[in-house]
Amino acid sequence: MKLTMASSPHNHSHKSLNKLMLTVILACIPGLIAQLVFFGTGVLIQLILALLTVSVAEAAIMRIRKRPALTALSDGSAWLTAVLLALSIPPLAPWWIIVIGCLFAIIIVKQLYGGLGFNLFNPAMAAYVLLLISFPVQMTAWLPTADLLAKPISFTQQLSVIFNGYTTAGFSVDQLRVGIDGMTMATPLDTVKTDVAHGLTITESMQSPLFNQWLGKGWGWVNLGFLLGGLYLIKTNVINWHIPVSFIATLAICSGIGYLVAPGTEPGVVFHLFSGATMLGAFFIATDPVSAATTNRGRLVYGALIGLLIYLIRTFGGFPDAVAFSVLLLNMAVPLIDYYTQPRTYGHGMKK
Amino acid sequence: MSQLKELFNEGMWKNNPALVQLLGLCPLLAVTSTVTNAMGLGLATLMVLVGSNVTISAVRNWVPKDIRIPVFVMIIAAFVTIIQLLMNAYTFGLYQSLGIFIPLIVTNCAIIGRAEAFASKNPVHLSAFDGLMMGAGFMVVLLVLGAMREVIGQGTLFDGADLLLGPWAAVLRIEIFSFDNQFLLAILPPGAFLGLGLLIAAKNVIDAQIKAKQVAPPEAEKGPRARVTSLT
Repeated sequence: MKLTMASSPHNHSHKSLNKLMLTVILACIPGLIAQLVFFGTGVLIQLILALLTVSVAEAAIMRIRKRPALTALSDGSAWLTAVLLALSIPPLAPWWIIVIGCLFAIIIVKQLYGGLGFNLFNPAMAAYVLLLISFPVQMTAWLPTADLLAKPISFTQQLSVIFNGYTTAGFSVDQLRVGIDGMTMATPLDTVKTDVAHGLTITESMQSPLFNQWLGKGWGWVNLGFLLGGLYLIKTNVINWHIPVSFIATLAICSGIGYLVAPGTEPGVVFHLFSGATMLGAFFIATDPVSAATTNRGRLVYGALIGLLIYLIRTFGGFPDAVAFSVLLLNMAVPLIDYYTQPRTYGHGMKK
Repeated sequence: MSQLKELFNEGMWKNNPALVQLLGLCPLLAVTSTVTNAMGLGLATLMVLVGSNVTISAVRNWVPKDIRIPVFVMIIAAFVTIIQLLMNAYTFGLYQSLGIFIPLIVTNCAIIGRAEAFASKNPVHLSAFDGLMMGAGFMVVLLVLGAMREVIGQGTLFDGADLLLGPWAAVLRIEIFSFDNQFLLAILPPGAFLGLGLLIAAKNVIDAQIKAKQVAPPEAEKGPRARVTSLT
């Protein structure tokens, strides 16, 4: 009888990589549905484009590297990247945005570093930052929720906008973004930031039709959807609780302190937690097992610093949202965090 | 002759200042947003490198070893000042667009590196050729990187060449494709880092292929081995 000795941990979870990735993709569905309802079906077109592009890119690179393309594709990690990127970009962004983003994510960020497990950075977020820096106009053209639009847009119209830049009636994305009152609508985070910079208080800024009482219309539901999916991920043990909890707690504490100090210019805890990409970032992006910290204490530090950075950039920085930047910055810090938070080996280095 | 060939190989490929020594990356990354800028800075660096190599090689026997570095830096600074004044006089547009990076040639480690490693130990004609080859190797990398970034970033080549070469050169501008949106990342500094990384990767791939080809032949000859004392 042959006894093989594998390295610890010996407790096997019986989850294949493929199953893990598919669970994460599955958990995106509530958030995806919320996006579909409030921001139109464009996100589905982006999703299909993204899935096609990453499949082709991954297969091509695997062929060049002389490795089995099908095995790499079927682990689902590339598809997860595609889903996350498609969920992060504006639904009516032109088709080449998502294609460039997916190619960059797979070829440069993932495969050039050695493929799955070797990438230093979260591929979806690195691609998002590339797109945001290169094409700021297209990447910030979020529509207001469907009920605020002067002209409702059908699925075919959205298809036409994505591929031609104009609807069949000849309206560009910028014209579509104009609301009933003739004002161009930005995202809630952006609106609050600009209004505060112009000397308005939060209460005045929230008078805009973009908001209902406390939250941006639609955005609260999208975040709630991702929160639901994230809780499912924690329940099925796909991700640990450390990163999301410390991420959200830090963001809540920081925005709470900010609100107490300056209630007129700070939108408060609930707004920060349920706006932009907070929940998507906390449960789906920061928890990427490859590029996040690997020790439990390290995960707490990692999540907390991301939360802190998001608050700082949202409040004092140049961009309205900051999940992608914060995650990338902390990806860089992961080796350091892991170094200082190594758990004590059993029987070694007892405290005196 | 073989010495010159060796120097050519060293500068252009085997010991290329930009791709192998990774020296002078500050101007390399900062000014390569267009081919014209790259060519301007490449030429300036080339001229400084040749001039400083020749001068340092000529005075190498009179410079006390203890204070050689300050002396070298002063010689290099003199040449940079000459180049800067010349560019200010004859290519004013380019002078303005390169800005601080012309005086910063003084701090380009590739130049002081060649002065210390080669010119201070070799005769004038070899030093001049070494400066020429190292400068050319640096300039080629600048040009390739500039071309990559310009094509990807704004879809043109030789945009603004008239700033460097005079009004006739405006015809050199090639519009490869036109696109409403610039690919800003290629023009911004991150694009330079990505581009340089890809170039170094390409060089390593080519080197690996050459090596793979070269390994095969020597296995054939397996005669008795005569021991030869090292020649170098």
